[in-house]
Amino acid sequence: MRRKKQVLSIVLITLVTILFLIPLVYMLSTSLKPKEEVLQNTAALFGSYFAVENYARAWNAFPFGRYLFNSIFVGVATTVVTVVTSAMAAYAFARLKFRGRDKLFFAYLATLMVPLQVTIIPLYMILRILGWHNSYSALIIPPAFTAFGVFMLRQFFLSIPVEIEEAAKIDGCSRFGIFTRIILPMSKPGLASLAIFTFVNSWKSFFWPLIVTSTDTYKTLPLGLYMFSGQYGTDWSALMAATTISILPGVIFYVIFQKGLVQGIALTGMGGR
Amino acid sequence: MSVPGKKSGSKRKSKSDFGVALVFLAPNLIGFLIFTMVPMIFSLVMSLYDWPLTGERAFVGAANFVKLFTEDVLFWKIMKNTLVYVAAYVAFNVLIAMGMAVWITSLKKANEFFRSAFFLPMMIGIVSSTMIFKWILSDGGLVNSVIRFFGGEAPNWFGSTATAMIAVVIVSVWQGFGYNMVIFISGLLGVSQSVQEAAKIDGANAVQTFFRVTLPCMSPSIFFAVVMTVISSFQVFDQTFVSTMGGPNNETNTLVLYLYNNAFKYQRLGYASAIAWVLFFCVLIVTAFLMKQQKRFVNYES
Repeated sequence: MRRKKQVLSIVLITLVTILFLIPLVYMLSTSLKPKEEVLQNTAALFGSYFAVENYARAWNAFPFGRYLFNSIFVGVATTVVTVVTSAMAAYAFARLKFRGRDKLFFAYLATLMVPLQVTIIPLYMILRILGWHNSYSALIIPPAFTAFGVFMLRQFFLSIPVEIEEAAKIDGCSRFGIFTRIILPMSKPGLASLAIFTFVNSWKSFFWPLIVTSTDTYKTLPLGLYMFSGQYGTDWSALMAATTISILPGVIFYVIFQKGLVQGIALTGMGGR
Repeated sequence: MSVPGKKSGSKRKSKSDFGVALVFLAPNLIGFLIFTMVPMIFSLVMSLYDWPLTGERAFVGAANFVKLFTEDVLFWKIMKNTLVYVAAYVAFNVLIAMGMAVWITSLKKANEFFRSAFFLPMMIGIVSSTMIFKWILSDGGLVNSVIRFFGGEAPNWFGSTATAMIAVVIVSVWQGFGYNMVIFISGLLGVSQSVQEAAKIDGANAVQTFFRVTLPCMSPSIFFAVVMTVISSFQVFDQTFVSTMGGPNNETNTLVLYLYNNAFKYQRLGYASAIAWVLFFCVLIVTAFLMKQQKRFVNYES
């Protein structure tokens, strides 16, 4: 009886999953249909032949290669800057004693509540002053300095027993040595989660690149796709080909880093939202 | 491990930590001040000014807020749209996420596969998701074809005032509920089996066990997920910017889109900053309200 119920449950959830994934299947199907056939028999999964030319059309019309490079480069750079600086600051907040520490940490915490959009206009002006408008610096540096990374890693560092550090200190290890040789290696899961979150956030980011970039040289994939849709808005097969191109790297990333991503989300409930 | 006298030792050192702390803090702190703290404060200052992108700026006190609340007819419509979106999105997101989490954890097999499938759109991102739904919900798209096949009247999803917001919510929920689902799955797995077994032995059926035991046990993580979902949904922008630009007839115009248009289209930076602070206060008020309610609904293990 119970086994029958389980089987039924699996069958049902499989149907729900298929229903849920139809948009993606349909995207792929449309991207491979000849342009003229797209609106003729909408529900058909396949056209008269596999129209790979849709991909060529999309790829040649807009510099998707460049967008892809920008997305990856900006994502990786943002991640490196975020993880390195957050880890250092988080260590100071977790372990070092200095005046005003808790007040300063509270200031960090308070900004977690504030929506990004509150800062966006002054930030935009600061970037103009710095001469960073339409540059990699603008895409990479400001998003790297939100409080989330510091907050998350501090929690992680606090869970490491102080005794280990004390022992290293007695053995003559410097603060920096303790940080690089004890704290960081012991925090690999936390660092990995933060790295994955930061990359995913940067990868999906649309609002910020929209504001700070004005040429294709610096545009990232979501922005590129948006520009593309402005010109090819009703050329559905080309638009779906472009969409497929722009989601593929993310899906590959997901397949590789899924475990870390899911664990990190379960742990913090905040990153990568 | 502990060494006698270690306490006094670390205390003596506490003063010298300052230099080290500065080195550790500096890289992040400088960036944090310039790119988060200063803009935050400065945006409050700007909200008190008439501040065009170029040209004379003038201090106007609370005039931007007064204008927003009393003269700007569009603003109230936008507030209403934003609240409708937040309410609908949060409700559907949390309910579906919980339902799927319960279902998936009840499976003996393949639950990782199903979890991955429903989480996948999170990785695809909202811009690509919106593109896909623009096609699916277009006039010649799949959904309307199916509706027509069954003889129904096919709506102009993103294009008509009656359905545009519904379409936006559909995309958002499809793309976003997997995140909370992952949180709920780990919450469900975290509720100790022994507590649930005990409830069963006491004669509770599965439904009773779920509502009286499992759900209360994971209420802190549900509460946190709801708060985070509310905060992030107030900031809805990408999907409306990409699909409708706030139309038709401002039916999907929301706070952040309005902020964006004022700042970067009409170049009214002071007015846009005022909108930003209204957004912040909305988030603050709703969060404070939820925090107050939590005593009634949330169980924290003592």
